Amino acid sequence: MGFLASVGAWLVDPRHWSGSDGIPTRVGEHALISVVIVVLACIIALPLGVGLGHIRKASFLTISIANVGRALPSLAMLALVLPLAFALGLGLGFWPTVMALVPLGIPPVLTNSFVGVKEVEADVVDAARGMGMSGWQILRHVELPIAAPLVMAGIRNSAVATVATATLGAVVASGGLGRYIVDGLATQDYDKLFVGALLVALMAIGTELGFAALERRMTRAGGERSELLRVS
Amino acid sequence: MSPGDPFIRWDWVASHLGDIWLRLEQHLVLTGLAIGIGLAISLVAGIWSSRWPWLYAPVTWVSGVLYTIPSLALFALLIPITGLSIVTAEIGLVSYTLLILIRNIVAGIRSVPPEVRDAALGMGCTRRQLLWRVELPLARPVILAGLRVATVTTVGLTTVTALIGQGGLGYFILDGIQRFFSTVLVVGAGLSVLLAMAADGLLVLVEWWTTPWAHRRRG
Repeated sequence: MGFLASVGAWLVDPRHWSGSDGIPTRVGEHALISVVIVVLACIIALPLGVGLGHIRKASFLTISIANVGRALPSLAMLALVLPLAFALGLGLGFWPTVMALVPLGIPPVLTNSFVGVKEVEADVVDAARGMGMSGWQILRHVELPIAAPLVMAGIRNSAVATVATATLGAVVASGGLGRYIVDGLATQDYDKLFVGALLVALMAIGTELGFAALERRMTRAGGERSELLRVS
Repeated sequence: MSPGDPFIRWDWVASHLGDIWLRLEQHLVLTGLAIGIGLAISLVAGIWSSRWPWLYAPVTWVSGVLYTIPSLALFALLIPITGLSIVTAEIGLVSYTLLILIRNIVAGIRSVPPEVRDAALGMGCTRRQLLWRVELPLARPVILAGLRVATVTTVGLTTVTALIGQGGLGYFILDGIQRFFSTVLVVGAGLSVLLAMAADGLLVLVEWWTTPWAHRRRG
C-alpha cells in the first residue's frame, strides 16, 4: 500500500504537471511523435499497398516486407539509425526516433491495404468493369470501400505499435513518456517510472479503443450509405 | 561515432568474441525460456478454450490487453513487485507470446473437420487420445505458424530487457548508444536480427519435418 500511496502522491504533486518534464508536456510529445510516425508510414504504405493490390501483383514482395519488418526489433532499429542520423546532422532525439520507427509502422498498413484490395472478389470487380467503370473508378468506388475495414485495422495495429515503441525513443534522448521510464530507471525513482509506464499503457489501450470505435462508426456509415444507394 | 571512425571496427569484434558469445547465450536463454513457458501456458489455455468455448472471449481479452501494453511499460510496472530481475523480464516476454500463440492454437484445433473428429471417436478414441493423436497433430501447421511469429517477435523484444539489467544482445545496443560506438551497436542489433531469422528458419524446418503429409506425394 505504501508504494501505491507514494505513486498517488507523485501524481497529484503540482510540480509534476507543469514545465518541460511535466505530464502534459510528455504526453503531448508522445502523441506528436506517434502521429508524425503513423502519418509518414501511411503516406508511404497506403499508395503502395493499394496500388499493388489493385494490379494484384507482388504478393511475395509485400508479404516479405511485412516479415522483415517483424524481425527488426525496435531497439535495434533505433540503434542502427543513430549513426545515419548523425551523418545527416539530425542529432539525437526526435528525428532518429522518427527515422527508426517509420519503417516499423509501414508493414501492418502495407499488408492490410494490399490484402484488403487484392481480396475484393473478382466477380464484383468484373461487374464494375462490365458497367463501364474505369480502373480508377473501380478502385475509388468499389475496391477501396470494400477494403476499408481491413485498411483501418492495419492503421490501428500500426498506431498502437507506434505508441508503444515511441517509448523507446527515450533511449536516444527523445521526449515523450519514455523519458519517465528511462530517467526513473536511471535515478531509481520508481514512482516516476511507474507513472510513466501507467500513462504509456493507458495511451496504447486508448489508441486501440479509439480506433476500434472509429472503425465501428465507419462501417455503420458505410452500411447506411449502401442502403441509400439501393433505395435510390 | 566521430567522422573518422569506421562503421565497424573488426579488431574490436575479434578481441571480444568471448563477450559476444556470452551475450548471445544470455539472449538465447531469455528467449528460449519465454517461448517455452509461453507455449506451455498457451497450450493449456488454448486447449481449454477450444473445449469450453465460453472461455475463449475472456482469455483473448486478457492476452490482448497484455499484448497492447508497451513492453518497456510492462517491465517498468513489474519492477516494484519483482525488481530488476530475470523474473520481471520473463513475465513481460511471456505476456507477449500469449495472444499470438493462443489464437493460433484455438484456430488450429477448430480447423479440424468434424468428420475427422467423428471418425476418431467412432474408432474408440478417448477425449485425451483425440486431442493428442488427432486434433493437435492436424493443428500443428497453424500452431507452428503462430510459434514463428511469437519467436521472431520475442527475439527482438529480448533486446529491450537490457534496460532492466538483463543483458542479452540488447546490452551491446545500449552500450553502443551510451558510448556512441557504432561497432557495438551493429554487433548487438545485427546479431539479434540474424538470430530472429535463424530461429524462424529452424521452425520452418521443424514444420517440414513434422508434417510429412504436406509434401510427400511429389514426383
